[in-house]
Amino acid sequence: MRYIEQEKVVRRMNGRMVINRIFQGFFMFATALALLALVILLYRIVSQGAGHLSFEFLTNFASRFPEKAGIKAALVGSIWLMAVVAPTSILLGVGSAIYLEEYAKKGRITSFIQMNISNLAGVPSVVFGLLGLTIFVRALALGNSILAAGFTMSLLILPVIIVSAQEAIRSVPRELRDASYGMGATKWQTIVRIILPAAIPGILTGSILALSRAIGETAPLIVVGIPVIIQFLPEGVMDTFTALPMQIYDWSSRPQAEFQTVAAAGIIVLMVVLLFMNSIAVYIRNKFDKSY
Amino acid sequence: MRTSVQELIAKSKDKKSKKIIEKLIPILLFLVASVSVLTTIGIVLTLIIETVTFFTRVPLADFILGTTWLPFANSGAQFGIWPLIVGTLKITGIAIVVAVPIGISAAIYLSEYASDNVRRIVKPVLEVLAGVPTIVYGFFALTFVTPVLQSFFPEIKIFNAISPGIVVGIMIIPMIASLSEDAMSSVPKSIRDGALAMGSTKFEVAWKITVPAALSGIIASVVLGLSRAIGETMIVSLAAGSTPKFDGDFTGSIQTMTAYIVQVSKGDAGYGTTIYYSIYAVGFTLFLFTMAMNILAGYMSKRFREEY
Repeated sequence: MRYIEQEKVVRRMNGRMVINRIFQGFFMFATALALLALVILLYRIVSQGAGHLSFEFLTNFASRFPEKAGIKAALVGSIWLMAVVAPTSILLGVGSAIYLEEYAKKGRITSFIQMNISNLAGVPSVVFGLLGLTIFVRALALGNSILAAGFTMSLLILPVIIVSAQEAIRSVPRELRDASYGMGATKWQTIVRIILPAAIPGILTGSILALSRAIGETAPLIVVGIPVIIQFLPEGVMDTFTALPMQIYDWSSRPQAEFQTVAAAGIIVLMVVLLFMNSIAVYIRNKFDKSY
Repeated sequence: MRTSVQELIAKSKDKKSKKIIEKLIPILLFLVASVSVLTTIGIVLTLIIETVTFFTRVPLADFILGTTWLPFANSGAQFGIWPLIVGTLKITGIAIVVAVPIGISAAIYLSEYASDNVRRIVKPVLEVLAGVPTIVYGFFALTFVTPVLQSFFPEIKIFNAISPGIVVGIMIIPMIASLSEDAMSSVPKSIRDGALAMGSTKFEVAWKITVPAALSGIIASVVLGLSRAIGETMIVSLAAGSTPKFDGDFTGSIQTMTAYIVQVSKGDAGYGTTIYYSIYAVGFTLFLFTMAMNILAGYMSKRFREEY
């Protein structure tokens, strides 16, 4: 005995099943389209720039002649920039996160700071450039230095680091804290010896992703007034410099077609740096993915 | 001689340095946390002060009502913001037309149709799109998308609004897809199961149950995407040209607010000139636009969170 008449079901549902199939196909196609865009992008850049990659490209300074143009100053400059951005933004970000998660009382001031952080994350990077130009370059007279650009970039990625550090700290289980307090530890001891070590993988993962965003940012550097053609390496944080995305921007906007190949080669170097940083982040996340 | 536990506790409690640390640390951390607030204040004050200086030279009415943006003219420079706003809206409009259907379709596919395995692969790959630096997207727009478009529509110029618009759209797809997917997967499973038990197809569940239930979250993701498109700088600086225009033409060179700021910064406008102050006035306008969008998005996503 059958309770459902199959034929009737098919007759009534068939049209709707077909619609379901069609839309399923459409949704899949749209998703595939987005992935295809990524594939084309990567393929284009690799096929265009790979030929120009060489040891000389990494060790030459910028040049008017495309075949001689190298990326040395920009590569070293980006490393200098990170040397300022990483400690500044991580210290400020983790400090803010500890305050918000462990000390701040839930109240108006805290929710104001929290709201402020999420709004700050939505401010266009070019506006951060204007802030850096006014405060660091002019008011504090740091000039077009690594320090001025580094501070600007640190403020830009600060919201991302705060939010990810907050999540990491929040996910440390209550029992660990209680056990620490139960042993007679003070609040600060608990934070330094228990909470931070447990939260470090999460904090590092978030920070590295934020730093990799800073490495690719161009607009704030242009607005702060970072030059492009530099034939020397910086010796201190007060020196001026150039960075990978600035150099790529300069090559891309040159009219000679040969420079497009150079720009693509520069992009490959930038993407390799990003890929390297992201894989470190993934490695940390997997290695320290402890469950309590 | 042995010390008792009580003595140890008493001794430890008496340590002055420890007490000072416990008192000092919260104050220190509060100061650190206030950096983000100071940054916001810094941004707003900088923009306002320099913009006010700009308006002592260029009347506010000319700026808000003017439809000609000619800052570099030797005599009679004109600062009417509308051409830059129109340029920005052209890019944003195209980006939304590209990103909304693809982004939301991807979100529906991932939350309603895809198996766990597919989702585990597709989601992170989509996120890679979000991590590509915008300068790379700009290069892609200029050297690939524009030539491809030109081979189909020869009237399109090298610098145009369509190609960077499309690429900005590609850039914001992952943002719309992942935020919409979050909103949709937080719709309770019981509602879906109820609809399926009544004989609905998956598409009917997605279209009539999940999407309406997650609507404010989906709208919030679109508004955030809009805000990102308005503030996007490098793609338009490279591929859209630098011709501020107040018309409906998409095939020729245009200029956006962000691209103008970059153009002036690159040319090293002398400190104190009207052009120097104009980038702050443009920056302030841009800031107001994105701020309004972000507040709206925050409001929308809060509404959707209260639903269940």
